Amino acid sequence: MVTSAPSLMETRPSASVRHPTVAAPATGAAVAPAGATLVDIDQLDFFYGALQALHGVTLGIENRKVTAFIGPSGCGKSTLLRCLNRMNDLIDGARVAKGMIKIRGIDIHRPDVDVIELRKRVGMVFQKSNPFPKSIHENITYGLKLQGQTNKARLDEVVETSLRGAALWDEVKDRLHTSGLGLSGGQQQRLCIARALAVEPEVILMDEPCSALDPVATAKIEELIQELRTRFTIVIVTHNMQQAARVSDKTAFFYLGKLIEYADTRTIFMNPAHAQTEAYVSGRFG
Amino acid sequence: MSTECHIFQARPSALRRREGLVFFCFRAATYFVLLCGALIFGTIVFKGAGSVFQVRAPFLNTTFLTEAPESLHVFEFHGQKMELGDGDYRVFQARHPDVARVKSESYIYSAGGIFPCIVGTVLLVLGSMAIALILGVSAAIYLNEYARDGRFIRFVRLAILNLAGVPSIVFGLFGFGMFVIFFGWNVSLLAGWFTLAFMVLPVVITASEESLKAVPRGFREGSLALGATKWQTIRKNVLPYALPGILTSSILGIARVAGETAPIMFTAAYVVRDKLPWQVDKFSEFFFQGVMALPYHIYVVSSKIPQNEYTERVQYGTAFVFLLIVALIATASIVLRSRLRNRYQW
Ligand SMILES: Nc1ncnc2c1ncn2[C@@H]1O[C@H](COP(=O)(O)OP(=O)(O)OP(=O)(O)O)[C@@H](O)[C@H]1O
Ligand SMILES: [Mg+2]
Repeated sequence: MVTSAPSLMETRPSASVRHPTVAAPATGAAVAPAGATLVDIDQLDFFYGALQALHGVTLGIENRKVTAFIGPSGCGKSTLLRCLNRMNDLIDGARVAKGMIKIRGIDIHRPDVDVIELRKRVGMVFQKSNPFPKSIHENITYGLKLQGQTNKARLDEVVETSLRGAALWDEVKDRLHTSGLGLSGGQQQRLCIARALAVEPEVILMDEPCSALDPVATAKIEELIQELRTRFTIVIVTHNMQQAARVSDKTAFFYLGKLIEYADTRTIFMNPAHAQTEAYVSGRFG
Repeated sequence: MSTECHIFQARPSALRRREGLVFFCFRAATYFVLLCGALIFGTIVFKGAGSVFQVRAPFLNTTFLTEAPESLHVFEFHGQKMELGDGDYRVFQARHPDVARVKSESYIYSAGGIFPCIVGTVLLVLGSMAIALILGVSAAIYLNEYARDGRFIRFVRLAILNLAGVPSIVFGLFGFGMFVIFFGWNVSLLAGWFTLAFMVLPVVITASEESLKAVPRGFREGSLALGATKWQTIRKNVLPYALPGILTSSILGIARVAGETAPIMFTAAYVVRDKLPWQVDKFSEFFFQGVMALPYHIYVVSSKIPQNEYTERVQYGTAFVFLLIVALIATASIVLRSRLRNRYQW
């Protein structure tokens, strides 16, 4: 492999302090046009110990689009999602056996890739909202403080832009220094989204972000995704067909660890190529 | 009363009688434990409070709390019974030369106070808990957060469990062989600290691990997903939440460290020492000096010297002060813990 200009994901000897702004996501995102392939998954085989969870998945996730992963329970949606920011590294015995994932052309399993840098650029929102038992302010600034940002004015600014970005600012602006756990379920999930926005990722992975929320809170998050799509590349796992249809540009349907079909959301829902996809999206199985 | 029978009519039966009997036994057992506890505490408070408190202002027996042990001299002087400590006795003798002819009984350690023992015990507790917490929490972090579960780790856990069952006298002998003789630290604070720390280490490690396990996985994953390293995650987003639990366990450790006699009798405790711990020439000497300690003092005054009404005061007084100090340290930790807990509630 030719090593050209040092990539942003590469292991760097010293911790560098970035001064990001939420409004303009990571450098270079503007260079790649919306719709160009940002994440390239190629023939990926993934194992949990002896159990193969993904079979030869090939998929290109497009820049600044919303991609939905759908499929019945246990088909490997979360597994694939967690591969993208290497969260699976934490699980004993979990490994990529074959294939590769490239983000902006860089194989994320290359030995010189720093997983910390990767995770800064590929943020994640979990199914179970997990605000830290700290104040709302501390929750948002957590990621930046890790990177060494101590400028108080700068942190306050990021708190506001992130919360505005997550459509939460008006609801919490008067209680930034109270615990994040005092918020409602939907607010907590939006706080987690705001927390992810604060470190300015390029990609935001969402694993069933609305599964624990009521319809009103769900609608808010969906609205939020619509706003974020212009600035971020979003991958969302969902069991809710309507949600996938509403928010996503492209949809991937998985079944038993295999990618069955990947196409424009409209195509998947209106005119799927595979009988299994058609059966699943019309609710006849899964 | 109506004799009418309905479907829920209560009837005497063997089952009910047995239930009543079982509950009676449980209740009796509980009350028995309560009674024993009350008897022990009651005796110590009843007999010991007199040595510590007094009816006249300042209501506290400052001599007992702030002075070193002395011998008590009891004698008749002009038909009056006198009880004087060593120092006072000498002053008295100088003033009344004829006292020399009066026959005086002297009782060792029965006058003065127990200040050096209080200081020694507090020093032993602070030092050994600091060592135990640093070592124990580090080990727990390694076991729970870094180590991969395997045969070796299971063996380590088993070893820790077994360590908890080792009698304290064995720790004392180990400390004597290891620190006092092999490392050449002699009978010293340092040797006592490490011996006591090793004794409570299993408790601290096990409890710390439990507290770390109780921190939800979501906090770790959320932090890592924001680009934190594992150590940043542990330091910022796991340890602070586990700390209240760790402190709870160390409260139990404090009582144990403060109270054990066997581990310190070979490693750190002196029967009597004139100098206070801070009266050293060089700073480094501080760590290599033996100290007096409350439990060891209780042991000495109740089994190593002739018993009489005068020694009893010291025995119960010391035990009482000892209970007070443990209660004080424990209260402080509980307050600290609830502060922390209020800060990090989930
Ligand atoms: N930590 C793990 N260890 C072992 N096997 C796992 C682990 N996580 C998931 N699996 C297995 O991998 C397969 C895919 O799981 P995954 O969580 O990716 O499914 P999913 O599509 O997200 O399902 P759901 O919709 O229920 O969340 C399943 O068979 C599951 O049992
Ligand atoms: Mg899942």
